[in-house]
Amino acid sequence: MTNEELLEIVNKEAEDNAKFRYRLGVCNVTGCIASRSNELVAGLQAEVKSRGLENEIQIKKVGCMGLCAAGPIISVEPEGIFYREMTPEEAGAVIDSLGKEPLHEKIIDTANEPFFARQEKNALENSGVIDPERIEDYIASGGYSTLIHAITEMTSTDVIQEVLTSGLRGRGGAGYPTGLKWGTVAKVDSDLKYVVCNADEGDPGAFMDRSALESDPHRVLEGMAIAAFAVGASQGYLYIRAEYPTAIKRMKAAIKQAEKFGLLGQDICNTPFSFKVDVRLGAGAFVCGEETALINSIEGNRGMPSLRPPYPAESGLFEKPTLVNNVETFANIAGIIKKGGKSFAKTGTAKSKGTKVFALTGKIKNTGLIEVPMGITLREIVYDIGGGIPNGRKFKAIQTGGPSGGCIPAEHLDTPVDYESLKALGSMMGSGGMIVIDDTSNMIDMAHYFMEFSMQESCGKCAPCRVGTVQLYNLLGKFQQGEATEEDLVTLEELCDVVRNTSLCGLGQAAPNPIISTMRYFRSEYMEKIKPSAPLAKEESR
Amino acid sequence: MSPTSNIKTFTIDGKPVSATEGETILEVARQNGINIPTMCNKTGLTPTGQCRLCMVEISGSNRLIPSCVSKPEEGMEITTESDRLLKYRQMILELLFSERNHICAVCVTNGHCELQTMAQRLKVDHIRYQYLNPKFNVDGSHPKFEVDHNRCILCGRCVRVCDEIEGAHTRDLRNRGVKTLVITDFDTPWGDSKSCTNCGKCVHVCPTGALAEKGKSVAEMAKRKHFLPYLVMRRKGASK
Repeated sequence: MTNEELLEIVNKEAEDNAKFRYRLGVCNVTGCIASRSNELVAGLQAEVKSRGLENEIQIKKVGCMGLCAAGPIISVEPEGIFYREMTPEEAGAVIDSLGKEPLHEKIIDTANEPFFARQEKNALENSGVIDPERIEDYIASGGYSTLIHAITEMTSTDVIQEVLTSGLRGRGGAGYPTGLKWGTVAKVDSDLKYVVCNADEGDPGAFMDRSALESDPHRVLEGMAIAAFAVGASQGYLYIRAEYPTAIKRMKAAIKQAEKFGLLGQDICNTPFSFKVDVRLGAGAFVCGEETALINSIEGNRGMPSLRPPYPAESGLFEKPTLVNNVETFANIAGIIKKGGKSFAKTGTAKSKGTKVFALTGKIKNTGLIEVPMGITLREIVYDIGGGIPNGRKFKAIQTGGPSGGCIPAEHLDTPVDYESLKALGSMMGSGGMIVIDDTSNMIDMAHYFMEFSMQESCGKCAPCRVGTVQLYNLLGKFQQGEATEEDLVTLEELCDVVRNTSLCGLGQAAPNPIISTMRYFRSEYMEKIKPSAPLAKEESR
Repeated sequence: MSPTSNIKTFTIDGKPVSATEGETILEVARQNGINIPTMCNKTGLTPTGQCRLCMVEISGSNRLIPSCVSKPEEGMEITTESDRLLKYRQMILELLFSERNHICAVCVTNGHCELQTMAQRLKVDHIRYQYLNPKFNVDGSHPKFEVDHNRCILCGRCVRVCDEIEGAHTRDLRNRGVKTLVITDFDTPWGDSKSCTNCGKCVHVCPTGALAEKGKSVAEMAKRKHFLPYLVMRRKGASK
């Protein structure tokens, strides 16, 4: 595949699209599929067919449009209308409305709705626009031209420099500068290197990576290929959790298509650069999102973390230098190389550049997938984009970073979203889950829920995490029951300290965070649950 | 030795020491008579750093590092004993005691047990955590040995010795978290194992009474502690 051939596809796609008077896109990722999106597509196609309009109206399955609360959404081009909460029964009405009065009661006012207006898209640029199952559609929207440009006209140093300039930091949560990581892997001398995409998204309430993979699989592949070129890798692995069947299906199909088009495989674009990608499925262990455990799992071993150093960049998969990045990190790459690192770095704060994808869930009106510039305040996310708290309830806290993160109370709502600010509040950026909690929820319940998760997901390797999480979970249970004593409070705090400081990997080290942060901001809820220490009851002693 | 030597000099508990390339902090400490507490470590087996007792402090850093797997750096100042470390070590031991059913009075290794000895050394005299009292089975299907999971601390020594020294890899783990269990083959009874060579190495590296020879009564199961370092030394000699 050369640039000319790529342009041919772009032109052909444009021609094909021009034939249609109307193009309808239907949200078709897991959440909307569960809300009968497939039936809706079939219904629309049947209605078009019964009217004999196959050559005038195009029905296209597209990726996530973001506003999951209103899904499935239908987009109508060229009008630019969005319809909310569509059902298969309404298919006929939509087709009939084309060119006439639109269905007013169903329209989403995208121009005035802050949910759409306040977002800024990089990683999700094509999400909800292109058909994720067709490589031609991705190419038509400019896809793979960056890869071709990189491997034919740039050196690997240029590519790494561009990523460094962009200031992009790992989107998996820890926020290590991506360019530095790439530079380290590139420097290590080895006959074989690997690029691994970490798609083992496991935080409760998080679905960023799933949506990215299902909405725009080729973008992740392109990012991986550019990374492979930059670090000198020839083999890639996409480690994806088995609980994401649609994402797996689309990624596998995307890899096949890219190979067929000569964009993956041997001697890409007649250059000496070769890169193959294989899919590996996770068997449902949260800890496999930790990079050393993930590597063990790909090797076919039990998914348990091992000690760093050595870092995977030096000795990773099969003891070869390995670059491990998260889905969203790879999804940002094509845009950075195309528009330049400087352009990416324009958005964001001093230390956190670009945009970040969040999965907004919990007690919030506009549940959905959002991409916002770094530095936006939590208040803007909750009240503007999120539309506030439903049912007239009051905002209580927002949990970021999943079971490894913490909660942020109302008084800190004006905190800008960046790696350092969230950390200073005792939470973390994490991979992007945001769970909004209203005043009907008890914070001990929330800590209990996350501790149960960490306890079940602890791999069992090191003692503090394996046993400590169980003891923490049981202690929280005592608080819930109102059975806790003042001594239990001391034990709880001591245990949090030992688990945090002595556990082997990030799972254990971060496991007490939900307790530590709820204690920090909602200590009174714990104190209320402590049983007053009564002096020995006289009746009993007699 | 070449002029650019790989010797590192540093201090442990204020004592100046040196390490050659590849030596861990724990090894150097032991050579210098400093006994850092460990449970999962066993000379001759790959260190895994999973019991977290051998954590040490490094001056200038708040982070603790596991000495069994960490290599020293030039000029490092390492502290192996402090109030903070003692507190953590005690708590980790207490967590281990609370996890399964460690009842010394009825145990075959009473008096020879590394967990018991460590508790005495670190002055653990009570357990501040709730005992979890899980129910685990005893597997006595093997003609010579038996395994009592109630006494297992999941140190992984038996798994490593079977894989690394005996080369059989009969043992591995199943489940996760506190439910983790050391199994033989694909979780078959030990007596039915096709890969077990009946060598008994696992029994003698086990720090507690979880693995024992059959027919031993309370306090009778003393482990042979020195066979492994000796075996490893002889093998090294043979390969030279």
